[in-house]
Amino acid sequence: MNREMIDIRIDGKEFKVEKGTTILEACKMAGINIPTLCYHPDLTVAGICRICVVEIEGMKTLTPACAFQIERPVSVKTNSPKIRKARRINLDLLLSEHYGDCYTCVRNGKCELQSLARDYGIDNYRFPSVIKPKYEIDNSSYAIVRDQNKCISCKRCIRTCIDLQKVGALETFGRGHSVRISTALNKPIAEVICINCGQCINRCPTGALRANDPADFIWEAIDDPEKFVIIQTAPSPRAAIGEEFGYPPGTSVTKKLNAALRRIGFDRVFDTNFAADLTIMEEGSELIERLKKRIVEGDEIVKVPMITSCSPGWVKFAEHYYPEHLNHLSTCKSPQQMFGAIIKTYYARKVGIDPSKIVVVALMPCAAKKFECNRPEMRDSGFKDVDFGLTTREMATMIKEAGIDLKDMPEKDFDHPLGLGSGAGLIFGATGGVMEAAIRTVYEIVTGKPVPFKNLEITPIRGMEGVREASLTIENTLPEYRWLEGVTLNVAVAHGTANAKKIMDKVVKGEADYHFIEIMACPGGCLGGGGQPIPTTPEIRMARARAIYEEEKNLPVRKSHENPELQQLYKEFLKHPLSEVSHKLLHTHYTPRGKYFFVG
Amino acid sequence: MVNIDICKQKEISGILVRFEKRRDSLLPILIEVNRIHGFITPIAMAEIAEFLEIPVAEVHGVVSFYHFLSTKKRGKYTVRLCKTISCEMAGKEKIEKILKKELGINFGETTSDGLFTLEYTNCIGMCDKSPAMLVNDNVYFNLTPEKVIKVIDELRKRD
Ligand code: SF4
Ligand code: SF4
Ligand code: SF4
Ligand code: FES
Ligand code: FES
Repeated sequence: MNREMIDIRIDGKEFKVEKGTTILEACKMAGINIPTLCYHPDLTVAGICRICVVEIEGMKTLTPACAFQIERPVSVKTNSPKIRKARRINLDLLLSEHYGDCYTCVRNGKCELQSLARDYGIDNYRFPSVIKPKYEIDNSSYAIVRDQNKCISCKRCIRTCIDLQKVGALETFGRGHSVRISTALNKPIAEVICINCGQCINRCPTGALRANDPADFIWEAIDDPEKFVIIQTAPSPRAAIGEEFGYPPGTSVTKKLNAALRRIGFDRVFDTNFAADLTIMEEGSELIERLKKRIVEGDEIVKVPMITSCSPGWVKFAEHYYPEHLNHLSTCKSPQQMFGAIIKTYYARKVGIDPSKIVVVALMPCAAKKFECNRPEMRDSGFKDVDFGLTTREMATMIKEAGIDLKDMPEKDFDHPLGLGSGAGLIFGATGGVMEAAIRTVYEIVTGKPVPFKNLEITPIRGMEGVREASLTIENTLPEYRWLEGVTLNVAVAHGTANAKKIMDKVVKGEADYHFIEIMACPGGCLGGGGQPIPTTPEIRMARARAIYEEEKNLPVRKSHENPELQQLYKEFLKHPLSEVSHKLLHTHYTPRGKYFFVG
Repeated sequence: MVNIDICKQKEISGILVRFEKRRDSLLPILIEVNRIHGFITPIAMAEIAEFLEIPVAEVHGVVSFYHFLSTKKRGKYTVRLCKTISCEMAGKEKIEKILKKELGINFGETTSDGLFTLEYTNCIGMCDKSPAMLVNDNVYFNLTPEKVIKVIDELRKRD
């Protein structure tokens, strides 16, 4: 495609840019840094904070670089007294309404407002400053904490919630100087429709949004000699937590992390990839069962397509917006929850520890996992199956609090027997990974042969496209699966609930002929989860995905059903997938919820 | 705590049928609901959200932007006194006092007989005849305390 190119000048130097490029993008290409606040690469342009102002020759007023699209030759100045003065006034004004207690703020050191104030030499408050917090902190949710005293009304959270997630929990209320960001009816966030995905947290430039941090309770458990504290670590944190310790995005630190966790005082360090393999066994078998009931027995009650259920943000989205279609969701719990239930039953018995003394912590890339582990239905072991969901960010702080630098850690393995995960379990962290893992196993169960893809890499469903589809014809089936011979399996993958909605609306209208759909609430899948290190950008998410796929290539076991520790679990305890014990411990049901808000 | 099940509770379906299911219907719908019911309830907001397929927070956000859209039950007559500079300088304070005294309420409140709600407004373009106020859609200007008493009395009598 031939795009029109336009000649521009930035700070006297000449460049050629495609028509429609914003000044901000042009400056980025030219290696010139323009400060921004309301702009975020994942979001629509808002142009409201005016921190990014530049001068355009011939124009009287300053122009926000993020919002100005280049349609004609322009000459831009990015550094002048006028610009510096305007940026400072804008910052001064923002700070005058900001309760800036940086010491106690979760974003201290990683706050865009704070670093702008530093970079722009703010050394006094030109306007009055906020001495006392004005708003009460909203602590109602297991997942999200809102502190409006830190909010600068940049609306990134609003755009995240509606553009990326199609939820719209947050909005602007009032106007003028009394504008504030709030929820419908100004309700606590737990009483409106919020799927706990935490994506708004990842894009908030300040400490106005954060996750609900259980670290104090976890320290307490670690310090209690009576308690046996087990941590399970999901695939995505290991590909990202390095960022909190100065590693570039896309550095996998699995083994160093294991060492740090032990140093902190966790009694066992297990691999959630193990439980991901377990999920694949159960979910793959459920898929085959559903297909059989549908194809062979013509059972109309059984719902196809089956949709994955390991993303608690997506599950809650479905409960709110598709309450009549929850039967499409796999009954499988997420790996986190399966693991908790197995640890407090099978493992406790095996090692002879009283399960009431066991505390299971889940290191997750996710805010919604905090809500999930507190669901009343997640107590099938007879105890709270998972005690705490801890985000990657919170874990990094705990590690630092223990005086540990990840960089200095030796490389250590997981504990066993629940510490071996296959490559299939590992790729759960990237969008498309659950699908790929499931296909590797299902195809092999049904045909006795590995999937017909080079290196087991099912590339059509990899990548970052919002919705991806693929088809796979099943051939040369084993005798007991003859009914699947020649059947073309249609699958789809979506990440970000805005994309999920696109697929679901098709399913609801009966316009989709998929058999199996993977949905992850967060853009990029779990590696872009709401508990992952901040910032997040498409490039950072891509780097994390690369780290995951690279690590997976070299793992000794790359298919869930070949995980020897998992086979042992089935032999000793579960017997077979979808067994009675499995159903009791590993499967669940969903709760239809409304689309609006709660009253009463 | 229950989730609003809006299939069971309908307040404004009669109004909604007259509008197109388009996002730009939002403001016209809100104005109409406000005109007919006097205010917009949470359930009405949820109904509008469902009708236009937008988040209920967006509906409420728009309602909160406009002073003339109300979420509280109002009196039959809403008295809005201009609080902007010309009126301020032309003796708004006296008018303020007499309104409070005559109606027996503060600004932001509604009389117990449900007849009057007292509020402020920004400039209504009557600066040359200030101080000025609105009663529903009618403008009263060059106000004096005596004039205000007369207006209120007349409205009372009308009922
Ligand atoms: S949000 Fe930023 S500037 Fe405000 S208190 Fe927190 S770290 Fe400081
Ligand atoms: S957690 Fe997700 S659903 Fe909830 S407000 Fe934030 S972006 Fe919206
Ligand atoms: S909560 Fe954060 S993202 Fe949302 S408007 Fe406030 S500062 Fe911006
Ligand atoms: S970053 Fe450009 S206006 Fe906010
Ligand atoms: S200032 Fe009151 S009408 Fe203009």
